[in-house]
Amino acid sequence: MLRLADINKSYAVGANKLHVLKGIDLEIGDGEMVSIMGPSGSGKSTLLNVLGILDGYDSGEYYFDETLIKGLSETKAASYRNRLLGFVFQSFNLIPFKTAVENVALPLYYQKIARRRRNKIALEYLDRVGLADWAGHLPGELSGGQQQRVAIARSLITKPKVMLADEPTGALDSQTSREVIEILRSINREGTTVVIVTHEHEISEMTDRVIHLLDGVIERDKNNGGSPSPGKAGSKPGAKTAGGAA
Amino acid sequence: MFDLDKWQEILATIRQNKLRTFLTGFSVAWGILMLVVLMGSGEGLANGIEYQFRDDAVNSIWVNSGQTSIPYAGLQPGRSVRFTNEDHDTVARDVEGVEHITSRFYASGTLTVAYQGETGSFDIRSVHPDHRYLEKTIVTKGRYLNDLDLAEYRKVAVIGERVKDALFATRPAIGKYVNINGIPFRVVGLFRDEGGQSEEEKIYLPITTAQKAFGGANRISMFMLTTGEADLETTDGMATGIRQLLAQRHRFSPEDRRAVFVRNMNEFFQRFVNLMAGIRIFVWIIGIGTILAGVVGVSNIMMIVVKERTKEIGVRKALGATPGSILGLILQESVFITAIAGYVGLVLGVAVLEFGARALPHSEFFVNPGIDLRLALAATAVLVLAGAAAGFIPAYRAARVRPVEALKDE
Ligand SMILES: Nc1ncnc2c1ncn2[C@@H]1O[C@H](COP(=O)(O)OP(=O)(O)OP(=O)(O)O)[C@@H](O)[C@H]1O
Ligand SMILES: [Mg+2]
Repeated sequence: MLRLADINKSYAVGANKLHVLKGIDLEIGDGEMVSIMGPSGSGKSTLLNVLGILDGYDSGEYYFDETLIKGLSETKAASYRNRLLGFVFQSFNLIPFKTAVENVALPLYYQKIARRRRNKIALEYLDRVGLADWAGHLPGELSGGQQQRVAIARSLITKPKVMLADEPTGALDSQTSREVIEILRSINREGTTVVIVTHEHEISEMTDRVIHLLDGVIERDKNNGGSPSPGKAGSKPGAKTAGGAA
Repeated sequence: MFDLDKWQEILATIRQNKLRTFLTGFSVAWGILMLVVLMGSGEGLANGIEYQFRDDAVNSIWVNSGQTSIPYAGLQPGRSVRFTNEDHDTVARDVEGVEHITSRFYASGTLTVAYQGETGSFDIRSVHPDHRYLEKTIVTKGRYLNDLDLAEYRKVAVIGERVKDALFATRPAIGKYVNINGIPFRVVGLFRDEGGQSEEEKIYLPITTAQKAFGGANRISMFMLTTGEADLETTDGMATGIRQLLAQRHRFSPEDRRAVFVRNMNEFFQRFVNLMAGIRIFVWIIGIGTILAGVVGVSNIMMIVVKERTKEIGVRKALGATPGSILGLILQESVFITAIAGYVGLVLGVAVLEFGARALPHSEFFVNPGIDLRLALAATAVLVLAGAAAGFIPAYRAARVRPVEALKDE
């Protein structure tokens, strides 16, 4: 599904270069649920952004489903992000002047789906995260947990193959965090590959596989007991069905 | 194609940012308003100038006689130059480019005009039929003088509306006889004149009849002619030609500025045309200045808009917005706001002109301020396009920025 080979990335900080990702080799199989952990500044978000085609990298190769993701035009990248990827951010990133249902429907707007139809679909997805009654509310009128569920509904609406979440529970209390992770878990059970960046062990324990980053290199990559995982060696996922998006 | 979705997006952001929208709109509306008021005022001035020339043909040359001031060919200065019918005929025949020509003969002493006990003293001009073109006389009833009147020394008169009012009141005048110094003249026509009331207190008589009736012999007081479509240079040449012809006929120096006065109205008019052109250029410079200021204002605000919406742009991009759709979103909003504001400015500007013109004290030099609507619309379009162009650069940059960078923006 996702394959990184010797990925390097550095940021220019003033006159110096800050080497953030130092030769990352990583393979994530279809239908896996992976968490990425590591101390602050170790490069977790950077890695996730590369995976999500929100950012480029300096050297190495990144394959998404056998497609090399390198030097894409913004238009092409936009199309990949729209059709293949879903994002959930720590700060929700809902558009403040749009209602919950409009926020959820937004990705379909970029697929040129008619308003009425996409709002209908959006309502279904809001219902899945238990917020059908809040469809007409603006993000400012929702609690943090509710906003994050709206954001998850929004990321799901295009039926992405891969869902990327950067500290999705970072701004939530432990009860709501658990609810959010439960939703992500159920998404994964339906076949979507899920990658979560987190600081919390409670959350990483709920994933099949935990990747530890330290200072831009993968320090540890372990499967959680019981769950099927291909690890670094194989590329076979478990007996999961492939994601539906064509 | 009408994209309802896009409009809903735009209306939502406008509702969200009322102050910003107002500021953008204000700078555009203000620019257009100033432009309209300026152009309208310029037009008012131009109209005022035109008004000064309303009642006489502007393409004319007027010739009056004077006294010699330079000794010439053994003749002393101080001689009066007296024009005769022959001067008229020679000029008409020998000067090239004469379109219409007429002489005027003023009888000496005041002439009293009477009709059935009503009397008055009016200016009496004895002229050729072509006079109507020089004075732009508007015949309202009956007819003007014609060649037959002159040839047959007919005792006919064409009288101004004010003369008619004074002598006839509401009674019909055509066909009636007015007495001028005791000689009856049949009224054959009435006229109006754009030159105002005093120009309508005149009576026109056939010059031949008047010369005979009032002891004029073959004398004429002055003559004037129109020059058709000839340009200024040609008409100047004609004026010089007339002066030389008269100098030869009346034996005075062609350099003598006081012997005859040849006034080329083309020249006066040209001076005003130049003045008008100057005013227009001035108005354009100021107008372009205001438009530029508007453009700068719009582009500034566009820059702020893009800055403010960076995060939102990042989110949209993460969700699959192409650079083109981001660009379209921002530009369409800017075009929408500037177009509406431009229209408002246009309407306000026209209103200001209307009310201003009414509030100002009446002046002959400021008449009918108004604007060419097409020009104003074009100016609005320019501002809208320039606003879009100015917004294009920040919008383009925002559309190309990597989503991570946009998302990081707080
Ligand atoms: N745009 C940037 N320009 C310069 N340096 C950057 C930029 N983005 C990230 N960095 C630096 O790169 C390093 C890795 O950042 P990254 O955000 O990936 O860390 P992280 O592991 O996600 O940390 P955290 O747990 O605090 O979110 C940090 O030292 C950060 O300061
Ligand atoms: Mg981070």
